[in-house]
Amino acid sequence: MVSATYILDLFIGSFVLGSMYALLAIGMSIIYGILRLINFAHGAMLMVGAYFYIMFLAMGLDPILSLPLSMALGAVLGVAIDFFAYRPLRGGPELSMLITSLGVYIFLENLVRIIATPQPRVFPLPEFLKGVYRYGDFSVRVIEIFTIVSTLILFAALVLFFTKTKVGIAMRATADDLEASVLMGIDANRIIMIAFALASMVAALTGFLWGGMYGQVDPTTGFMPGVKAFIAAVVGGIGSLTGSVLGGYILGYAEIYSVGLLPPEYSGLRDGISFLILIIILLIRPYGLFGREVERV
Amino acid sequence: MRDAKRVLLTALVGAAFLLLIDNFASGYHKYLIELMGIYAILTVSLGLTNGFTDVFSLGHVGFMAVGAYTAALLTFPLEKRPNYFPELPEILKGAYLPYPAALIVGGLLAAAIAFVIGFPVLRLRGHYLAVATLGFMAVVYSLLLNLEPITRGALGISGIPEYTNIWWIYLWLGLTIYVTWRIVDSYHGRAMVAIREDSIAAQSLGIDTFRYRLMAFVIGAFFAGVAGGLYAHLITLIDPRAFSFVLTFNVIIMLIVGGMYTISGAWLGAVLFTVLMQALKPVEESTGLYGLVELIFSALLVAIMIYKPRGILEEELPAVVRRWLKAGEKPERS
Repeated sequence: MVSATYILDLFIGSFVLGSMYALLAIGMSIIYGILRLINFAHGAMLMVGAYFYIMFLAMGLDPILSLPLSMALGAVLGVAIDFFAYRPLRGGPELSMLITSLGVYIFLENLVRIIATPQPRVFPLPEFLKGVYRYGDFSVRVIEIFTIVSTLILFAALVLFFTKTKVGIAMRATADDLEASVLMGIDANRIIMIAFALASMVAALTGFLWGGMYGQVDPTTGFMPGVKAFIAAVVGGIGSLTGSVLGGYILGYAEIYSVGLLPPEYSGLRDGISFLILIIILLIRPYGLFGREVERV
Repeated sequence: MRDAKRVLLTALVGAAFLLLIDNFASGYHKYLIELMGIYAILTVSLGLTNGFTDVFSLGHVGFMAVGAYTAALLTFPLEKRPNYFPELPEILKGAYLPYPAALIVGGLLAAAIAFVIGFPVLRLRGHYLAVATLGFMAVVYSLLLNLEPITRGALGISGIPEYTNIWWIYLWLGLTIYVTWRIVDSYHGRAMVAIREDSIAAQSLGIDTFRYRLMAFVIGAFFAGVAGGLYAHLITLIDPRAFSFVLTFNVIIMLIVGGMYTISGAWLGAVLFTVLMQALKPVEESTGLYGLVELIFSALLVAIMIYKPRGILEEELPAVVRRWLKAGEKPERS
């Protein structure tokens, strides 16, 4: 039967998966808040981030140096994508950016497929994250603890950033009302650039965590996490930082527990369950748990 | 009357072309043209929702899958069923329909599902609707994988009788285009376009926006279901992977590149996609750069969104041709 250790294992597993969804959802939320763009390509940024890390390692750099470098490169890529693909569409219909982001996703996935071959790559974790702690039956991997802790720290840092710093407050103002904030002297393009840099940096970090958790990456790795983060952000109320994090955890828990506690023949329904949650939440609260209703006229 | 003549003429010219293709084209090229026709049915019917009514659905392939599995099960030889589907529910053991009826039932089932999920999903707008319909697609996908007694899971259904030929496909394509055209060119179609351009203004003019969105969604799903049935009986083997996100994206790319606000744009997108795919595949294979085709298509999609957001065909083909014929006269601004 279901033992206490098993439940605890599931708890940790959900916390870890939820953390990774939350990190991605934060990025999606930041971009959505300012641009009203559901950035489909965000999942690809996770995958690309993981490949950047592998690339820096292969260049002989130290893991401790490779991680921040891959995050920085991810940020640069995010800004470049915004510049080339999304900026020309500013002011156009909302859907054209969504469609473009679909295109950007397919572009990135296949670019990586061409450059790095479609074969999965082993994702080498640095030594200090490889260990496992054991307490009797119960065991937890260091990378799991690292994922949970870094998510919580990052969340706290972002909350501080958005409430205490001038740039963060300007970003919130832009998200509230782009036109008014421009009138107040905020450089909207700079704010959007920062949003993409921040979101892509976090996505690259998530890529590192994802690769570390599952031990390998391939060009399609980013798809499902991207879609799930998308769901998490919508469930939590897209545009809300707290909502996205909460949405990520809700999704992580729902997924792991439904797979862990349902009979094995239903485990394949895992992805279906996330979408079912999404549809139910959207029906009860069309703007998500923490979202605000916006009526457009 | 003029319309009737034109339709008849178009149908005759089309039939003459098909006769030539059917008799002279090589097997492989015929197959490509058949596949192109199925894509065109998908894009034209998707254009009705995504283009004309502003219901940006990503779930079209889900409806296609429903139609494909339904039609395949209904025409599957009765005597082979006990061995092939040992756990088939009682009601499906003896359910057999001839091919044309099976196609229609597949379409109707897809339409019925669209009707039911339309009630919650169509209350959403824009992005939210796109995600929710993508969710529908994912649910269908995971059901196909897991309802093993009926769908055989990842194995898929093979040995489906090969009933589909070029005539069936283009008959249905003709029907799809005709029905879409009649709708778009009617009071209902005007209402749909009004909803797309400004749903609040349309509502204040007394248009029941929900009803029209649902109508477009259900009709689109019907033809997607039929396309699925045609596909199943063309390929003779269906498995969940055939109805994955890849096809969803491809159909979206075809529709948007071709032009989602016109019917001609929709099928032109399918034609271009098939031709380009065929032209580029050898390049991909000889250079070993797998993914090149998708890379080019996605770049094309982004470029189209930036430079020609309404797609290649912004007006219907007959209007474009008429303008060409009038070349020399001063072009009119509309």
